[in-house]
Amino acid sequence: MLRELWNDAEGGFHPASAPDFLPETALREVQLRRLRAVVARAYEHVELFRSRLDERGLTPDSIQQLEDIQRLPFTVKTDLRDTYPFGLFASPMSDVVRLHASSGTTGKPIVVAYTREDVEVWSEVMARTFAACGMHRGDILQNAFGYGLFTGGLGAHYGGETLGATVIPISGGNTDRQIMLIRDFQVSALCCTPSYFTHMVERARELGVDLRELPLKIGIFGAEPWTDGMRKHIEAEAGIKAYDIYGLSEITGPGVASECSTQEGLHIFEDHFYPEIIDPETGEALPDGEEGELVLTTLSKKAMPMIRYRTRDITSIITEPCACGRTIRRMRRIGRRSDDMFIIRGVNVFPSQIEAALLRVEGTLPHYQIILTRAHGLDQIAVEVEVTPEVFSDKIRGLEEVRKRLAQAIEHIIGIRVELRLVEPRTIARSEGKAKRVIDRRNEG
Amino acid sequence: MSLADRQPHSPADSIWNPTAETMPRAELEALQLERLRSLVERVAHVPFHRDHFAHHEIGTHSIRSLADIRRLPFTTKNDMRRHHPLGLLAVPRKDLARIHGSSGTTGKPTFVAYTARDLDIWSELCARFLVAGGLKPEHTVQVAFGYGLFTGGFGLHYGIEKVGAAVIPAAAGNTRRQIEIMRALDPEGLICTPSYALTIADAARDLGIDPRSLPIRLGHFGGEPWSEDMRREIEEELDISAFNNYGLSEIIGPGVSGECSARDGMHIQEDHFLVECLDPETLEPVPEGEPGELVITSLTREAMPMIRYRTRDIARLYREPCSCGRTTMRMSRVTGRTDDMLIIRGVNVFPSQIEEALLRVEGTTPHYLIEVSRPGTLDEVHVKVEIHPEIFSDRMDRMQSLCERISREIHTVAGIRAHVDLVEPRSIERFVGKAKRVLDKRNIQN
Amino acid sequence: MKLQQLSLFLENRPGRLEAPLAAIAAEDINILTLSLADTAQFGILRLIVRDWEKAKRILEQDGWVVNVTEVVAVDVLDRPGGLAAALKILEDADLNIEYMYAYSLRRGDKAILIFRFEDPDRAVQVLLDKGLHVVGGEELISSTS
Repeated sequence: MLRELWNDAEGGFHPASAPDFLPETALREVQLRRLRAVVARAYEHVELFRSRLDERGLTPDSIQQLEDIQRLPFTVKTDLRDTYPFGLFASPMSDVVRLHASSGTTGKPIVVAYTREDVEVWSEVMARTFAACGMHRGDILQNAFGYGLFTGGLGAHYGGETLGATVIPISGGNTDRQIMLIRDFQVSALCCTPSYFTHMVERARELGVDLRELPLKIGIFGAEPWTDGMRKHIEAEAGIKAYDIYGLSEITGPGVASECSTQEGLHIFEDHFYPEIIDPETGEALPDGEEGELVLTTLSKKAMPMIRYRTRDITSIITEPCACGRTIRRMRRIGRRSDDMFIIRGVNVFPSQIEAALLRVEGTLPHYQIILTRAHGLDQIAVEVEVTPEVFSDKIRGLEEVRKRLAQAIEHIIGIRVELRLVEPRTIARSEGKAKRVIDRRNEG
Repeated sequence: MSLADRQPHSPADSIWNPTAETMPRAELEALQLERLRSLVERVAHVPFHRDHFAHHEIGTHSIRSLADIRRLPFTTKNDMRRHHPLGLLAVPRKDLARIHGSSGTTGKPTFVAYTARDLDIWSELCARFLVAGGLKPEHTVQVAFGYGLFTGGFGLHYGIEKVGAAVIPAAAGNTRRQIEIMRALDPEGLICTPSYALTIADAARDLGIDPRSLPIRLGHFGGEPWSEDMRREIEEELDISAFNNYGLSEIIGPGVSGECSARDGMHIQEDHFLVECLDPETLEPVPEGEPGELVITSLTREAMPMIRYRTRDIARLYREPCSCGRTTMRMSRVTGRTDDMLIIRGVNVFPSQIEEALLRVEGTTPHYLIEVSRPGTLDEVHVKVEIHPEIFSDRMDRMQSLCERISREIHTVAGIRAHVDLVEPRSIERFVGKAKRVLDKRNIQN
Repeated sequence: MKLQQLSLFLENRPGRLEAPLAAIAAEDINILTLSLADTAQFGILRLIVRDWEKAKRILEQDGWVVNVTEVVAVDVLDRPGGLAAALKILEDADLNIEYMYAYSLRRGDKAILIFRFEDPDRAVQVLLDKGLHVVGGEELISSTS
C-alpha cells in the first residue's frame, strides 16, 4: 500500500528516496557517523591516506564534528594514477564485485572498485535520481549511455532496475534504431549524454518522426556539460522535460547529484557524498553560496573510499530550501572546469592523451590542434596534424595509412572515434607561450 | 550450504546448485512435466498461443507425459517478427524488467522481454555453467562481450555477480586496452567469443607480450560456432582452460547449456528448458546421438515463454551419465544451421539484411556477393559490389563516399562493419535461378 | 575547346591496368595521355585518346564501365611559376578544380595541363579572357603526332 502511494505520487518519489527528505539534524548526524567510519576505514586500509594523516599528526579520532573534515588532506586525480591500480582499495579483492576504469591523463586508465554493498548504494542513488526526475516503477527506460568500463551505462542500468522500471539496455549509437525503439516500445524515459540526444532529435526529424507525439516525457542527461539554451531546445523539440544529473566514476559514477521537478540546481545525495566548495587556488573552504571547486567525500563507500576528492568542477551550493521538499542540499549546474580537460560524448579527454598518441606513431611531436564541433547535435572531435616530410608519401594509400594509424592510436587511448585530418605544414597557428591546443566550437552558432 | 562452506576440491565444489544439477532423472522429468503443464496454462491467454492451441485442439489436459510435447505447435522466428514488437508477451507490460533484442532476418530486430524473476533465473543459469567451468567467488573476470540490446554480455555479467566474483565490464573491442586492463587488474577469467580470445593472443604478441604470461587461467567462450581445434589453439596460445556454452536470446541468452570440467558436451539446464532434437525436414525426432535441429521449450520463462522454438541450430543430444555427477542431458557443439544465417564475430547476420542495406543505396543490388573469411583470428566480411555506369564516377571522392555509404547502411541494418569492395563488371559469377550471395571461406567445422 | 576524357573503373590488383590499354591498342587507338588515381582497393584510370568514341565503344564491348567527362587542356609556360600564375587566375575567378594532371608531352617551352572543372564552360571563358591558351582536341592531336 505504501509502495503504491510512493509510486503514484506526482513528484516522483520512491521508497529509496526517503533520505532525500531527512530533517537536517538527522542528516548531519548520519553524515558525521558515516564520515567517522569512512575515515577510520581509509586510515586502516589505505596506506597513502594513513601516511598523509600521520604526517599531519591526525588520527580518525580527530573527526569530532563535520567541520573537522577541513583538517583532512585532499585526494587528487594523480593519486589514483600514482597508486594504480589497487593502491587506494580498502577492501580485499575477494570482496570486490566490480571494477570500472576511465581514461587518465597519460593513457593509463584510472581504476575504481565496488563491493556488493557499493553497487547497492550506487543502484539506490541512481534510483533516487530517476525518482527525482519524475520516473516511477513501470516506466520504460531506454538507456543510451554507453555500457562497459564507462560507469554511465551500468550505473543507470542498475538504477532503473532498482526503481522497478523496464530497462532497454540499448547503449550508445545506431540512432535510427534508438528512434525506432522509442516509437515501438512506448518508451517513457530516456537517458544519455545531452549532445547525443540533440543528435537523436535531429535524426528523428529527418526520419519524419515527431518525438512530441510519442509517450517519451522524461529525458535524463549527464556526463558532459550542457547549457540551459540546449535544455530549452531539447524540451521544445522532443516534448519532454530534460533533467541534468551529475556524477564521476572516482566517486561512484552517475548518481552523485540530480535535478528534481523544479529543475533549479542539482540535489546532492549528501547522505552518501559529502560536498564542500573550496577556493581552487588556496584550497580554503568557501561558505555556502560562493563559487568554487567542488570537493566530494564518499561517506559509505567500502572498496574505494575517496576523502576530499577534488573534482575540478566549478559550482556553488544553493542555500535556499527547494520547493520539491527535499532537504538535501543543491548545487548549481557545472559550467566549467579548473583544468584543460574537455568532455566529449561523456568521455573525459586531456590534450596530453592525444599528444601521447601522436608521439607514439610519429616519434616526434608534430604540430597539432584539437577542434571540437557539434554537428547535427553530436559532438565531433577532429585532430589536425601537420604533415612532416617523414610522413609524406606520394601514394594516396600511403598518406591514408598514416592518417589511419594516427587516428587509431588516438582512438585507442581516448576510446572515441576522431576525425584525423592531415594538413599542410605551417597551417596551424603558432603562438608564443602556451599553444592553443583545443578549439572548442561546440557552443558557437 | 553456502559455497564457502564446501570442502575444497570436493566434486561438489564445481556444482553451483547440486539440487537442480544432480537431480535424479525421474524426479527431473516429473518436474519438467509439471512445469510444462503449467506453462501451457500460463500462455493460454496469449492470443498467438491461444489461436495455435485452438487450431490444434490443445489444452492442459493434452499434456499427460513429456512425450506429449510433440502435440504442441512450433514457434519460429517468423512468428516473433509477425508479432513485433512484443506480441508474444505473457505478462502485463508493467511487469517487465528488461527488454533485449535478437537479430531479425531484416533490419528490424525481434525483441525478447524479461520479468525480474526471469532475470534472476538467467543469472542463476549462467552462475551454474560458470562454476562448472571453475569460476570461484574470489576470482575476477573480464567480460569482453558487447553490452547492449543484444543479450551477449549481460547474462554472464549477472552470473559472475551471482557467484560473487568481480566483474570487469570491458565490453567488446579496443584489444590493446583489453590487454592493458588484463595486465593491470589480473583477472583469472575471460568471457568473449572464441575468435576474440585468439585476437587478444595475437595482439599481445604484437605488443611483445607472451600471451601465456597473461593472468587469465580460464575462459568461457560462446556466441559463435567453434571447433575442438580452435579450443586446443586457444588453450595453447593463452595457457588457459577454455569452456563452451550455448544459448540464444529468443530463449533467454547464454545459459541454456554449458560445459563441465569433463568438457564432453554441454549440460542442458533441463529444469528450465525442454530440448528436442528433430529432423528439420520431417520434424520427427532423430535417433539419439544423431545430428538434428534443436527445438527448445522454455519451461519457466514468465515474460515471453517459447514453446517448441525452432532454433535452426544443428547439434546432437546424448543422455549417458557424465563423470561430473550431473544428471542432465548433454548436447554437442553446434555444427551447422538449417537456414542461411551467418555468425560474424558473435553477431547473427542474415544475408537478407545485407541485401536490405544495399537496397537503400541506389544501383548496388543487381550484382553483389557477401564474402566471409577469417584471415587471422577475426571474421571479416567483404561485400563485393559490381560497378556499373549508374554508380561510377570519375571522381575519387565520390567513389570513396559510395563505399562509405554502403558500409554505413550495412552497419545500421546488420550491426556489423563490412568492407565494401567495388569490383569490375561481370566479375561476380552469374547463376541461373537462385543466385549464390554468400561465400563463406571460414573453416569452422570440426 | 573542351576535351572528352574517358574514365574507367579498375580494381587495384596486378595486371588490371594492362587489359584496357591493350584493348584499345589492338584497335590502333593512340593514347595521348593518361592518369591514374588509386586507393588500396580500386583505381580510376583517366584517358585522353585520339578517337574517344571508338575507344569508349571498344572498352564497353569488353565490359568496362566507362564515363565520359569534359576536361580542359591549358598551355602554361614550362618554367618556375608558370603553373602558379595559371592557378592564380583560376583562384581569382573562383573556379573550382576537381582534379588536374599534366599532359605527358611538352610543346617547346610550354607544358600542357589537363583540368577537370566543376563548370568547364565558364572555365574556358575565363581562361580565354585572361589570355591563356586553351588547347583544343585537334590541336592536341596534331601536336603529338
